[in-house]
Amino acid sequence: MLIRRPSDILPSEITPPALYAQRREFIKSGAALAGALGFGSLPAFAESAHGQKLDGLRKSALSTDEKPTAYESITSYGNFYEFGPNKDSPLKNAQRLRTRPWTIQIDGEVKRPQTVAIDDLLKWAPLEERIYRLRCVEGWSMVVPWVGFSLAEVIRRAEITGNAKYVEFHSLADPEQMPYVRTPVLDWPYVEGLRLDEAMHPLTLLAVGLYGEVLPKQNGAPVRLVVPWKYGFKSAKSIVRIRFVAQQPKTAWVKSNPEEYGFYSNVNPEVDHPRWSQAQERRIGDFLKRKTQPFNGYAEQVARLYTGMDLRRNY
Amino acid sequence: MKLSFSPTPAQLSALKTAVFLAALWPLARLVHGALVDGLGANPLEYVTHQTGTWTFNFLLITLTVTPLRQLSGLHWLLRLRRMLGLFCFFYAALHFTTYLWFDQFFDLDSIARDILKRPFITVGFAAFVLLVPLAATSNQRAIRRLGGKRWQTLHRSVYLIGILAAIHYFWLVKITAIVYPLIYAALLALLLAWRVRSRIASYRPPAAVAPPAPQTIRFFRTRP
Repeated sequence: MLIRRPSDILPSEITPPALYAQRREFIKSGAALAGALGFGSLPAFAESAHGQKLDGLRKSALSTDEKPTAYESITSYGNFYEFGPNKDSPLKNAQRLRTRPWTIQIDGEVKRPQTVAIDDLLKWAPLEERIYRLRCVEGWSMVVPWVGFSLAEVIRRAEITGNAKYVEFHSLADPEQMPYVRTPVLDWPYVEGLRLDEAMHPLTLLAVGLYGEVLPKQNGAPVRLVVPWKYGFKSAKSIVRIRFVAQQPKTAWVKSNPEEYGFYSNVNPEVDHPRWSQAQERRIGDFLKRKTQPFNGYAEQVARLYTGMDLRRNY
Repeated sequence: MKLSFSPTPAQLSALKTAVFLAALWPLARLVHGALVDGLGANPLEYVTHQTGTWTFNFLLITLTVTPLRQLSGLHWLLRLRRMLGLFCFFYAALHFTTYLWFDQFFDLDSIARDILKRPFITVGFAAFVLLVPLAATSNQRAIRRLGGKRWQTLHRSVYLIGILAAIHYFWLVKITAIVYPLIYAALLALLLAWRVRSRIASYRPPAAVAPPAPQTIRFFRTRP
């Protein structure tokens, strides 16, 4: 005979799911910490799943003919501080990011503020493959085959007013999906900005793909900026808002440390970071370092944007 | 809580071997990773970070021996300290070599400029230079030659080295990774505070000069 007895565990003693999830998070960040203190596993590498294929891509005359960096390196090594402090944090932690539904708010100095769904934005212009050099302010570089179209296409449709002189890019800052926006290391959300003429430049890319596939989450899905002649941190990831403004935006890194990170942050081997030299870089996959090029090798296309400016003062 | 376990000479030497092998584990992992292409997208940066991290880990472990010994009463732990300190130097030497070789490719001009111009390199280099005499005098002969007192004074410079290492770490990270130097600095502060505390605890004020006791002066006719 089965004798039913009430469960020993009171419902009130059962851990609420949210608290449970928080504990999981705590355990995971502990593991990440152990890794960084040298006790953990070797760095994550080549673990990322491939995204959906993007068809009918056009080739671009703006592409470099240098050999692209390995897909595994581009998707396992980078900075995306909303997902953690280490180079492999984005790969490990970004997989929970929900990239659909996703909307981008376009507002500020525009005639008609609007909110665009990502799938509508994708139809605004034909997608191109653009193979660009990427130079991080930390001294490493890659060659990345992005997929996207010029930001100028968006600016054209935004119907900006005559007051618009700068563009601000806001990244998502959702603590549910991005655990590290709870840490006060930067002033979240991550905000970056460009002068309007820089934003209008044909090289300035709104990227939605990588290696002919949908952009991986750790690389800033579903839509990010790519400004190849500036240090990588200028290229905001996972953008939810594009705002046109009259004044120079207060960007996340300038707010954090204006001595070390300037608004322009053009790649410049002559102007060192206060703590390290910018004369050389290590191309991921290479053993020897190489010389860094002014404007990351795009001087011919973009140097005219800065004629008459003191690039040492406007770093 | 005081423990009374004390290893026999055979046990102690087995223990030393075990610690020695365990201390080589981080290096073994790096070598293995290098052989199987498992050091990530930027292997040279990874090796630089790991050797630096393990230098600091061994520095802290070495500084933990004394408090642990005092707390537990296991005085033979002291017999492991020299090896732990030498492993700190070993990983520091690997860290420095990684910098000379893979970051600077032995470009002496550039290295000299870096040491003068980059504060985080300056303090890191200073910490390494200060470790050299400690490693060089980590043997019985040096202790005998210097004398225990002088040897101990010299080896107290490890406290300064720890502080330089923490500064080196703070100055090289971006704000987004500040948590790591904060943890190391906190552990170091704890270990140094322990020493300050035990200094204070063991401090005995010099005995107050007692007023001269009233003396009875006796004169003897003959020698007593």
